[in-house]
Amino acid sequence: MAGKVKWVTDIEKSVLINNFEKREWIQVTENEDWNFYWMSIQTIRNVFSVDTGYRLSDDQMVNHFPNHYELTRKDLMIKNIKRYRKELEKEGSPLAEKDENGKYIYLDFVPVTFMLPADYNLFVEEFRKNPSSTWIMKPCGKAQGKGIFLINKLSQIKKWSRDSRTSTFVAASSGKEAYVISLYIDNPLLIGGKKFDLRLYVLVTTYRPLKCYMYKLGFCRFCTVKYTPSTSELDNMFVHLTNVAIQKHGDDYNHVHGGKWTVSNLRLYLESTRGKEVTSRLFDQIHWIVVQSLKAVAPVMNNDKHCFECYGYDIIIDDKLKPWLIEVNASPSLTSSTANDRILKYNLINDTLNIVTPNGDIPDCRWNRSPPREALGNYQVLYDEEQAQSENAERDLRSRSGQSLGSKGTKAGAGVRPVAATWK
Amino acid sequence: MKARPIFRHQTPAALRKEKMDEGTELSLTIAQIVQRLKGSHLHSQLERQAKECLHQPEIKLESLKEDVRSFLKTSGWEKKLQNAVYRELHVQLPPSHPAAPAEHLKEPLAYMRKAQVNWEKRVLKSLNSMSTELGVPLARMRPPVEQKELTNKWNEMGTDEPDLSHFRPVYAPKDFLEVLIGLRNPNHDSSEDVSARSHWGLIQIPLNVRDIPQLRQAYSELNLTTGQLGIDDHAHMHPDLFENEYVQIGKKVVMDQDSAAAQQYSRQGCPTGLRADLWALILNSTNQPTDMMHYEQLKAGVIQHDLLVDNLIYKDVKLTASNDDYYFVFEDFLYQVLLCFSRDTAVLEHFKYNSATPPKSYIQGKVGDEECAVVYPPNGVIPFHGFSMYVAPLCFLYNEPSKLYSVFREMYIRYFFRLHSISSSHSGIVSLCLQFERLLQTHLPQLFYHLRQIGAQPLRIAFKWMVRAFSGYLSTDQLLLLWDRILGYDSLEVVAVLAAAVFAFRAENLMEVTSLASAEAVLADLSTLKVMPLIQIFLFATAI
Repeated sequence: MAGKVKWVTDIEKSVLINNFEKREWIQVTENEDWNFYWMSIQTIRNVFSVDTGYRLSDDQMVNHFPNHYELTRKDLMIKNIKRYRKELEKEGSPLAEKDENGKYIYLDFVPVTFMLPADYNLFVEEFRKNPSSTWIMKPCGKAQGKGIFLINKLSQIKKWSRDSRTSTFVAASSGKEAYVISLYIDNPLLIGGKKFDLRLYVLVTTYRPLKCYMYKLGFCRFCTVKYTPSTSELDNMFVHLTNVAIQKHGDDYNHVHGGKWTVSNLRLYLESTRGKEVTSRLFDQIHWIVVQSLKAVAPVMNNDKHCFECYGYDIIIDDKLKPWLIEVNASPSLTSSTANDRILKYNLINDTLNIVTPNGDIPDCRWNRSPPREALGNYQVLYDEEQAQSENAERDLRSRSGQSLGSKGTKAGAGVRPVAATWK
Repeated sequence: MKARPIFRHQTPAALRKEKMDEGTELSLTIAQIVQRLKGSHLHSQLERQAKECLHQPEIKLESLKEDVRSFLKTSGWEKKLQNAVYRELHVQLPPSHPAAPAEHLKEPLAYMRKAQVNWEKRVLKSLNSMSTELGVPLARMRPPVEQKELTNKWNEMGTDEPDLSHFRPVYAPKDFLEVLIGLRNPNHDSSEDVSARSHWGLIQIPLNVRDIPQLRQAYSELNLTTGQLGIDDHAHMHPDLFENEYVQIGKKVVMDQDSAAAQQYSRQGCPTGLRADLWALILNSTNQPTDMMHYEQLKAGVIQHDLLVDNLIYKDVKLTASNDDYYFVFEDFLYQVLLCFSRDTAVLEHFKYNSATPPKSYIQGKVGDEECAVVYPPNGVIPFHGFSMYVAPLCFLYNEPSKLYSVFREMYIRYFFRLHSISSSHSGIVSLCLQFERLLQTHLPQLFYHLRQIGAQPLRIAFKWMVRAFSGYLSTDQLLLLWDRILGYDSLEVVAVLAAAVFAFRAENLMEVTSLASAEAVLADLSTLKVMPLIQIFLFATAI
């Protein structure tokens, strides 16, 4: 027995602490020797900063990658995805194929987005092409629905830019608060007449090679107010935003279920009303866009071996059952709004720890990152680059030697199947 | 062997059957069905089709009858007629003896009828006193402004928060259970079989309910060697073993549009992607333009008139579905369906074979004047606490309100009404309660005895599950698998079997509890149960 893990956290959440205590790990302060630090994104910045940062030793592990913001800041995520698509196009990759309208067939999974103020002219050009469209403005660095508003007239954005130059926005961030403006998905899939978005949890243990896991127990977050696409409701944020942090202020917020509906309910509903094929395709596509977004940032990510990260993916499904990636959160909320929510988040942390600290032992950053199947809990392997490469090599070998490939889609290969299914 | 009371063997229905030879019975059934279908929309459609086909070249004058027949057959109209006949056979009881009074079709046992009448009086009285105490009329015309308002928010009635604190559900399942416990058969001298185990339980009347050997015969498709959705589609099972082929058969059944085949198929479970179609087919709920029109008329009725029962419906949804992890998203659909249902006078037809009788109220100032009596609510069904849960699971299958509505109405007039009226029907709640108790007494006597001794009568726990056919207690996927079998076997019996199987499954823990509260705690969360393995094991792996 190699001794007990010494843990620290700056997020005082019971779902974390209960999990550490269950493992009989020892709590220490950040100034002592620690092995495992579950930290906020503010802290991670200091840990890896040039001035104040320090070298992590082999037995230390943290829950963020140093430059996670390449994925989790709205503007950088868009930038990286755009770059990724261009690169694939340059390589002549079949993934970068476009349709007759010039849209990517496989990589068109984020709504049209521009940075403001940098891309203002590009935005205006796009807006004029389709002047009846609605756009959503989001500050790049904020989460939980803060600072978000909708516009459907150019005058609104002009007013905003005037106001922000003279008012509080400036003070808050030395005059350069960056926003992204995205085409608003105005045909969301409605269930029971209500709008929702999907929150999925994705664990990454390494970017190069990429190894990621999808948590099976994601959920839909429902608006408490009926969705009307009419613009008169534009000011009523409750209609449009599904963040629980925002919805909690609505009059209709229900504290029993918190407006949350499990992904298994969604699947049952869609399969029952739309059929099995389209439902499976939707879920395949969701897995596909998660993997693509991770591949897009993998080259720029500082793949520090002390790090892992559990992301909260926000996805909206439109009424044609096409999923859209809205944003990725580095610190998905660990606050529990309902009893079920607490169980879910406790299990999420539990399953995460089972993967990143095998057997609850003191971390070793050189660990093989290949957890046995029984350690996955509610996670399923989403993509394992190493395994995919060796499978491809094997396939090449077999096809060269003229062997047939055995039946596909057996349940044993379920872990990598969703990716393969959409990978043309 | 002691002689058993005569009615055990010779129910009035059995006596009736003996006297009537099968031929008469059949022709009577045919005559009734023909009578019922004559006025239907299908009848006029068939007539029109038959007329129109005369213009076609393949119809010859010399073989007119055969040609028209074969046209109706190949164009699919024969199948539609067949399905309509099949439906009539399901909602109609076997024809009564010509001499039997109409009330025997509702319920052959006089003491049951009497108990039902008394219960109805109580419920109606409670509704009337609510109206008086709160000063809310049973019905009123909405002023135009209010009508407009309701029209506008038809799709978001859930956002409305009227003050309903004064409204109480007219009754809750546990009130109804007390009535069932009090039921006695005046012809039955219960001192005669003091030793019999029937005294252990709460239901004290003799009805013929099936035991496990009989159930095994009736539910043979659920046996251990037949493939089952809910068991053999498990993730660890290779889909080629059962699932894939079974789904292919299901697709054929849907293509074929044959109610009887769909019903047989449903016994082994419906695949999620086909269930909505299969159920609609079994119920012959075709969602024709006339159905949509009917729904729109009901909606107009809701907008015109405000009923006292609307408040009860509203309150019930708020108390149940709105707080439910599975169903809260469908809150608005539930209001729409239930409010329309309360106005639907087509529902009244089922009182021909329901032991209940629609309640009547009097136009203001004319109390007691039979000429001024009107059925209230218009559909004759007073909602009770939990009523909305009959609709809620169906919201997973149908996202179009008119379709959702017609499937629900058909489910109600075939099955759900039996769960809250007092009758001797096999599917009736009284039989289900008795069957549940008998199954436990026979196969888990120690458990039954233990629970009874600590004051935790099993039926007190299981009753609420059965009254709702488990809706709101199981996870939705499991509930739908259970309802597949209700439709497939055209009976609610499987609900009682599952209730007993749940006790069997938790028997070890239940043997350790020492109070009703702790027994209830052991059985509080059924959302993780897998129903088909429980039912299958209980029916086919229990030692008998």
